[in-house]
Amino acid sequence: MSFKILFEMFPIALMFAAPIIIASLGGLFSERSGIVNIALEGIMMVGAFAAATVTVLLEGSTPLASWLGLTAGLAAGLIFSLLHAAASINLKANQVISGTALNILAGGLTVYLCQIIFRQQRTRAFSNGIQKMSVPLLEDIPVVGRMFFSGNYPTFYISIFLVLATWFLVYKTPFGLRMRSCGEHPQAAASMGINVSLMRYIGVLASGALGGLAGGVMVLTADIQYTLVTIHGTGFIALASLVFGKWNPFGVLGAGLFFGFSTALSFYAKDIPGMSSLPGEFFYALPYILTIVALVVFAGKAVGPKAAGEIYDSGKR
Amino acid sequence: MTKRREKVVLPLVAVFLGFLLGSIIVLATGRSPLAMFAAMIKGFSGIDIINDVPINTRHIGEFIIQAMPIILTGLAFAFASRTGLFSIGAEGQLMVGALAATTVALLVQAPKAIHLPLVILSSAAAGALWGAIPGFLKARFNVHEVTVSIMMNYIALHLNNFVILNIFGSVDRVKTAFFPESALLKSPFLQSLTRGSRLNWGFIPVVVALVIFSFVINKTTFGYSLRAVGYNKEAARYAGMKVNRNIVLSMMIAGAFAGLAGSVITVGTFNFGRALPSAEGYGFDGIAVALVGGNQASGILFAGMLFGMLKAAQPLMQSQGIPREIAGIIQASIVLFVAMQYGIKLLLEKFKKKESVSAEVDRV
Repeated sequence: MSFKILFEMFPIALMFAAPIIIASLGGLFSERSGIVNIALEGIMMVGAFAAATVTVLLEGSTPLASWLGLTAGLAAGLIFSLLHAAASINLKANQVISGTALNILAGGLTVYLCQIIFRQQRTRAFSNGIQKMSVPLLEDIPVVGRMFFSGNYPTFYISIFLVLATWFLVYKTPFGLRMRSCGEHPQAAASMGINVSLMRYIGVLASGALGGLAGGVMVLTADIQYTLVTIHGTGFIALASLVFGKWNPFGVLGAGLFFGFSTALSFYAKDIPGMSSLPGEFFYALPYILTIVALVVFAGKAVGPKAAGEIYDSGKR
Repeated sequence: MTKRREKVVLPLVAVFLGFLLGSIIVLATGRSPLAMFAAMIKGFSGIDIINDVPINTRHIGEFIIQAMPIILTGLAFAFASRTGLFSIGAEGQLMVGALAATTVALLVQAPKAIHLPLVILSSAAAGALWGAIPGFLKARFNVHEVTVSIMMNYIALHLNNFVILNIFGSVDRVKTAFFPESALLKSPFLQSLTRGSRLNWGFIPVVVALVIFSFVINKTTFGYSLRAVGYNKEAARYAGMKVNRNIVLSMMIAGAFAGLAGSVITVGTFNFGRALPSAEGYGFDGIAVALVGGNQASGILFAGMLFGMLKAAQPLMQSQGIPREIAGIIQASIVLFVAMQYGIKLLLEKFKKKESVSAEVDRV
C-alpha cells in the first residue's frame, strides 16, 4: 500500500471519525450517569435535520450560517433527549424501549418537518457546509502535519477538544465523581446526599447536546442536505465505540478513529492492491462486522457502569 | 384494576394518547386531523366518510398486506422477549429471509407443491440462522444482543444488496428477474375479490405462525423453560434448565418468524427480489406491535392490524396534504407511552392515595 493513499485517506477518515467520537462521548455521559441511551441514532438525526435546516435558511444572510446550524443541532438534540430523560428517569420506562421509540420518532418527525418546511422528503441542499482548513505552522511538521493539520474539517479539532474536556470533567472534578457513582451504585450515591435524578438528567441532556452536535457535524461535513439516510447507523456505531473504548474518553477517541478509517477504506479500497477485487458492499458492511468482532474480543473485559440500564429504585439495597 | 384488565387497558390508553398527540401535531402544523382520521378509516375499510363513493375493497386487501409482515416481526420480537432477550434484529432477519426466498425462487425449478413450501421454509431457516449469531454470542461470550443484532441488520442490508446486484444481476439496479409462477403466493382469486389489490395467500403462514407461537409458549415444556429463563435466569439454571441453549434456540425461533416475513413480502407482495437503499422499518414496526400487543399472540394480531392500518393509510394521508410520516410519529409515541405505563401507573396510585387521604381528612 503506498503511503500516498494513506495520506489521502486521513481527511476522509477524520471527517467520519469526528461525529462518531462526539456522539460516543454523549453516550459516555449518559451511561456513566446510569442511563443507557440507544437513542443516539435518533438524536443525531434530529441534530442533523436542525443543523441542515438552519444552515439552508440563513445561508443567504450570514456567512456564519453553518456554525449557527451546528448550534441549532446541539440545541435540538438537547431538547429531543428531554423525552428520553423524562421517560426513563421520572416515568421509569425501560431505557432500551424508550430509546427505540425515540429512534422511530426521529425518523418520522424530521421527514414530517421537511415536508412542512420544504415540501419534499428532505431539506433543501445547502451550498456551503463547514469548510476545510489547515492549521498554520503545525501543517509544516513533517508527516504528522500532513496527516492531521492540513485540509481537515475543524470539527475534528472540536472532537479532540471535547475528548479532553470530557476526561477532565468526568475524572478530575467532584461533579464527575458524583456522576460516575450514580452509574455504579445509585443507592449508595443517594445515601451520600447526591441527587441521583438530577445527575442522570445532566447525563442524558449532555448526551442529547453532544449527539445533536454530532448529527450537525455529520450533515455539514459529509452530506449536502438532510435525508432519512444521512446518519445511516452512525449513532449505533458511536454506541459500539463506547463499548469498544471501555467507557473511557481516550478509548472512545481511539475507537472513533478506528471506525473513521474503516469507513474511509470503502472509498479507497479500489486503489489498494489486494482489496480492489472485493465488492463495495463488503466495505460498507465492514464497520459493522468489525464492531461485532471487537465486542467479542473485548467481551467480559469491557465492563461498563454497573447500574446502567437498571430502573432506579431508591428502596433497593 | 386486576392484572389481566391492566394488560388490556394500559396499551389502549397508550394508543389513545398516541393518536391524540398525532392529532395535535397535525393541527399545530396547519393540517386537518379530521382528514387524517378519514384517511385511516378508508385505509382499512375502504369506506370514504368524506365523499359519497361506494366502498373500495382494494383498500382492505392492501391493509392486510401491510399487517402481515409486521405481525410476523412482532412475533419475532415477542418470542425473544419471553426469554428475557431484547432483539432488534428482526429487520436483518427479514432481509436474509427475503434473500433466501429470492435465491430458491430463482434457482430451483419444481412444481408449485414443492417449490413454494421450499421458498417459505428457506426464508424461515435463513432468518433462524441470522438470529442464531447474536444468540450464540450472547450465550457464549455474554455480548449484549441489542448491539449485535443492530449490527447484523446493517450487515444483512449490504449482503442482500451485494447478492441481488452482483450475483443475480439487475437491469435497473433495483430488482431481479421475475420469479416463476410456481414460487409465488399470489392469487388471482383474492385479487379479484379486492379489486386488484396485492392480497395473496401470505396470510396462511401468518396465521400458522400465530398458532405456533401461542402453542409453543403456552402449551409446551420447552416454552415453559423459555419463559422461566426470561423470568429469572439464575433460578432457571438452578432448576436444571439449559439456559444457554434456550437463549440460542429462542433467538433462532424469533429469527425464523422474521425470516418468514421476508418470503411473505418477496413472493407475496412482490414477485422479484429487491435491492434496498436502507432498512424499511419492518423490524421496528414489529417492536411496536409486540409491545402494544403485550407479547401475546392475540394482542400481536390486533396490534399488527392497528399499525398495518396506519401504514396502509400513509399514501391516503399524503394525498390529503398530510405528510405520511405522521404515521411513524403516532407509532413512536404509542411505543413511548407503553414504555411509560409503569411510571404512569405509579403516578396514578400516588394521586389516588392523596385523594383518599384528603377525603378522609374532609370526613374528620
